[in-house]
Amino acid sequence: MKRQIPLLLVLVFGIFMIFQYFVPHESSEWIYEFFLDWIYIIGIFALALGIWSLIRVSYDKIKYKKPNWQYAVITLAGLFAMILFGFDYGRHFFSAEGLSNYMFRAFFDYILIPIQATMFSLLAFFIASAAYRAFRARSLLATLLLVSALVVMLRFNPYFGPIGPYLEQTASWLLNVPNLAAKRAIIIGIGLGMVATALKVILGIERAYLGKD
Amino acid sequence: MQEMSIGTFLWTTLGAFLTLCIFSFLYRDNPFYKLAEHLVVGVSAGYFVIILWHNGLQPNLFNRLNDGNFYLLWLNSAAPWYMIPALLGVMMWTRFSRKWSWISRWPIAMYMGIAAGVAVPLEMKNRVNLQIYSAMTDIDWGNFFGGSLINSASGLSQLIIFLGTIAALFYFFFSKEHTGVFKGLARFGIWILMVGFGASFGYTVMGRISLFVQRIQYVGDWTKVAWSGISGTYTLVWFITFGIFALLAVYEFIQFMARRKKEA
Repeated sequence: MKRQIPLLLVLVFGIFMIFQYFVPHESSEWIYEFFLDWIYIIGIFALALGIWSLIRVSYDKIKYKKPNWQYAVITLAGLFAMILFGFDYGRHFFSAEGLSNYMFRAFFDYILIPIQATMFSLLAFFIASAAYRAFRARSLLATLLLVSALVVMLRFNPYFGPIGPYLEQTASWLLNVPNLAAKRAIIIGIGLGMVATALKVILGIERAYLGKD
Repeated sequence: MQEMSIGTFLWTTLGAFLTLCIFSFLYRDNPFYKLAEHLVVGVSAGYFVIILWHNGLQPNLFNRLNDGNFYLLWLNSAAPWYMIPALLGVMMWTRFSRKWSWISRWPIAMYMGIAAGVAVPLEMKNRVNLQIYSAMTDIDWGNFFGGSLINSASGLSQLIIFLGTIAALFYFFFSKEHTGVFKGLARFGIWILMVGFGASFGYTVMGRISLFVQRIQYVGDWTKVAWSGISGTYTLVWFITFGIFALLAVYEFIQFMARRKKEA
């Protein structure tokens, strides 16, 4: 019963949602919107699991003085500060005015954005070092990868003089023609893979989401 | 000189300090990087809690139930059936109990069933059918070379896109052995894929470089504002911020020299 009922629920809801797509009636659309609201709400409640785990892990680190436990204090401080400011110190639980709280916005603009943007920009260095290893022209395929990447990377370089515009045009062509063909094939592959996985879930072949007993 | 209030300047200083903290990882893992890393984990988790509360739960759940009565569990509201997903959401929390965790499978199962059911027709339409439809364009035979071999709108380019898509798809098709004509097709497919991956890679690298330049400009602008401060307070903040990193550099240098001496 602990596994059969969930499997039955997946089957019934899965088949129902596939068929409702093909029913050209406004009630079908209403049901679609209704169930999408449902899973959105369930998903948000699931976030509490993640937040609780973060608090628990950080708290244990502090309590048992595990290595680098001091940083767990910073994590918890950031989390609770953001929640406190987001609710405007408890004044706006049920209105969105908490989102315009000065401190909430300042934390977003001057902590979250700089750190995340800098972390992404750091990838430029790591990608470059990975490229050095991957791009050595040892075979025809590696050479194709190397030349194509170099042309796209150098397309706005001002030092190429008269060949600059040709470089830019070639980069455009590479992005619009071979890249489009490759992306299109990959997107079709991903789509078919998603459909196959969804069918496996609905039919109960894929059950990993149920966990172990 | 850029006009900036002392409050904004201090917040910008914090942004610049955290930017430098993250960049310090280029040298090696260090306490400053760890500080910024742990701070962003907490702040982003808190940010998502607030965003999903105000933009998710509030309009989709609370606003629909707010005409009901709390003491009647909102069952007298105009849309009482919205209590069901709330109840299912609460059932997810039984995950914390070993004894009752099986109850959390029900909402997970409903979630998976609805999501999988929605995905089947939508994925077929949006990813598969639309891409196939877009691939089936007329080849412009009258303008086959388009005046240049690198003209994206020429008939030749359209033919390369069409054949390239089929060849790249065939490269991943293993039900037919890649021999004879099919070997050539699969080989053309991997060429197209490699050129495509290279172009995507180059594009991504340029995006990251732009972001890097933008971060350097941010620190540069902050430095400019700090040096042009009339009262000297801004410059003092600049010295303190850079002083911290200078001390770190000196400390690391001493450690490095001590390690070298020990190794020798």
